[in-house]
Amino acid sequence: MEISIKQVEQQQGTLNPLKFALWISLASISMLFAGFISAYMVRQAAGNWFEFVLPWYFTASTMMIIISSVLAHLAVEQFKKGKERLYKFYLLMTFVLGLSFVVLQYEGWQAMLASGIDLKANPSGAFVYVISGVHVAHVLAGLAGWVVAMVHGFGLKFKPTQKRINRLQLTAQYWHYVDILWVVLFLFLTYYR
Amino acid sequence: MANIADTTYTKEDALIEELGYDDHFHEHHHGDKYQASFITKYIFSQDHKVIAKQFLITGMIWAIIGSAMSVIFRLQLGFPEESIAWLKPILGKWIVLDSTGMGKLDPEFYYALVTMHGTIIVFFVLTAGLSGTFSNLLIPLQVGARDMASPFLNMLSYWFFFLAGLIMFFSLFLNTGPFSGGWVAYPPLSALPEASNGSKAGMTLWITSLVFFVVSVLLGGINYITTVLNLRTKGMTMWRMPLTIWAFLVTAILALLSFPVLVSGFLLLMFDRGFGTSFYLSEIFIGGQALDYVGGSPILYQHLFWFLGHPEVYIIILPAMGLTSEVLSVQSRKPIFGYRAMVLSILAIAFLSFIVWAHHMFMSGVNPFISNIFVIFTLIIAVPSAVKVFNWIATLYKGNVRLNTPSLFAIGFVSMFISGGLTGIFLGSSAIDIQLHDTYFVVAHFHIVMGVAAFMGMFAGVYHWFPKMYGRFMNETLGKIHFWGTLIGAYIIFWPMHYLGMIGFPRRYYSFDTFDAFRDFDGLNKFITIGAIVVFGVQLLFVVNFFYSIWKGRKQTTRNPWGASTLEWTTPINPGHGNWPGKIPSVHRWPYDYGKDGIEFTQQITPLAEGEEPGEH
Repeated sequence: MEISIKQVEQQQGTLNPLKFALWISLASISMLFAGFISAYMVRQAAGNWFEFVLPWYFTASTMMIIISSVLAHLAVEQFKKGKERLYKFYLLMTFVLGLSFVVLQYEGWQAMLASGIDLKANPSGAFVYVISGVHVAHVLAGLAGWVVAMVHGFGLKFKPTQKRINRLQLTAQYWHYVDILWVVLFLFLTYYR
Repeated sequence: MANIADTTYTKEDALIEELGYDDHFHEHHHGDKYQASFITKYIFSQDHKVIAKQFLITGMIWAIIGSAMSVIFRLQLGFPEESIAWLKPILGKWIVLDSTGMGKLDPEFYYALVTMHGTIIVFFVLTAGLSGTFSNLLIPLQVGARDMASPFLNMLSYWFFFLAGLIMFFSLFLNTGPFSGGWVAYPPLSALPEASNGSKAGMTLWITSLVFFVVSVLLGGINYITTVLNLRTKGMTMWRMPLTIWAFLVTAILALLSFPVLVSGFLLLMFDRGFGTSFYLSEIFIGGQALDYVGGSPILYQHLFWFLGHPEVYIIILPAMGLTSEVLSVQSRKPIFGYRAMVLSILAIAFLSFIVWAHHMFMSGVNPFISNIFVIFTLIIAVPSAVKVFNWIATLYKGNVRLNTPSLFAIGFVSMFISGGLTGIFLGSSAIDIQLHDTYFVVAHFHIVMGVAAFMGMFAGVYHWFPKMYGRFMNETLGKIHFWGTLIGAYIIFWPMHYLGMIGFPRRYYSFDTFDAFRDFDGLNKFITIGAIVVFGVQLLFVVNFFYSIWKGRKQTTRNPWGASTLEWTTPINPGHGNWPGKIPSVHRWPYDYGKDGIEFTQQITPLAEGEEPGEH
């Protein structure tokens, strides 16, 4: 990795290759969900489709992940400015809200199960489980990224070097993506019943 | 391995020293980090050149397994009356002996062989073995980079492929047999474990293996794209990239956009298999018992599968096209004809490949009016394909062609691509497809156009870049026998299949001798099988040649044995980690200056002479 960064530093004006690589992977993840969404639409058009309203937990979780994403942005900003206390606070809160997102999604699934919508029932429900489940898997990967960021943030001496800023920005970039992805999926599942 | 002390200071070194740029690479000594021990040098290597060889040799092992399977099922098709009890030591219980000692292939295992042959050759050999090998070998070398953007992810890419292979290999030894529902794995056959033996654990391992395979492809693809777009050396503009690099770049983009959709299809299939959802399964009875599933659509899976499946055939063929373009230009000592048209055709093919997938489903019950749209786009793909064919032939025309093994294979690629491409026009028309779908005509078409042709491109690449990989040449005589055996043999196998297909022979049948319509063609089937055995034997010759030449081949004495102008030939004969011992070369011209101004070839590192017009157009 050192090689590439070295080379790019000489080619001025080029995006960090790791950030670029992350953008490409995000395009790839988008195609995964595009696959699900188009399957959903095709299956829905075929009829025999059971309509239901998403439990309120999903609305709450959407709020959580949006705020978490904002805090992640603030954490990066404060780190760049060298404000240690605020940075650590935002870092921790990003993680806590991210975790609460996962918990709320789980509660949402429990609520769906309680109202009789299980995997074996109509595909309209099964799609919600699969789409939100695969999304949560991506959120968990993001949370793992935040765990690493916190180990660095609280374990290492506070020193905003370019390398560490880059690393934090990568985590935040991914986090904003899963946030926006969920908002899109949530709106889709809410309004395209 | 060749260990020539390559200490001569050449005029290339002087040019690189004078005009290249210093990235202080060798002051950091991370060369040692990557190649410190046997394990980090040859096994968990992060050097793109070693990873390329790992992909190639793993691909070769899979190619032998996959094509041996086809020989076994061809024996069944060509010689259904003969005993194959002699295969019992290898295949064990899948050879069923009757009271007279006559050994027959178990029909269920026949399906498993067909399925595994397709899966292995399409994914493990022609995707990983072809684009994995040459993207890894050539991207950093030809764009002038020290290595991939992320050598670590690159290493992971290989090991995920290895893991996928391990799981698939393990599935071959299951008591219930490997998956046997066809390489496309259509539900309900693939979704219901009770549907057949192969759909039990065999299918679980098949789908697991392919998910890991997709991870491998994505990790590799992310690296290829990032390296091409971010790590090109000074002066290497997009329009100065060799066509190989264009092909690898577009291939990686296709893979990155289409493989995830396959994964979403697979995930829904896993839910149907494991958790009782009904995405693909509608009301089904098995053994008189109604199953729980309601209202699913198996067509949905076909859409998701072929949304990958069609780009996949271009993921296979584009690298072969890139290799062919480069080899033809170098070996005929002429600039590639219509460089920009070649690049634009690659882009056009890539774009169109995303909007033709339903031509695999004309007979699956899709709306015939929608089919028409797919017919039109499918036929339009013939345009950029024909542009490429025209340009290859025009490159050869009046060239000073060296008829050595690499160029022969490249010409073979063009031949196969024309023959197979023409039948694609037939199959792309939904009306003709009513008669031809699922017959041997289809088998002949795709084997020629994306099977044999892709292999030809791959062989051209292996023979051409073998000196870059191992510092030695492969044996020319064996190579030529390999070429003629493969070319003639492949036509012997697949040409008659067109006739079988037009007669109506369905694919995937275990035996034809009980059908009045088909049983008179046993002679033709025997003929095809003999061809298959011969071609298989000739490929073993290639394997022998390959491994013999690694240690005993003719040594490479000059850095640039083919007189090529691209950057990979400016490195030492055995480049270490980081590729160039000193500075990174800078690029001053396009890669195809052959015969310009009366000079045989001018390397990309050579600056334009006083008053010289650039050769690119």
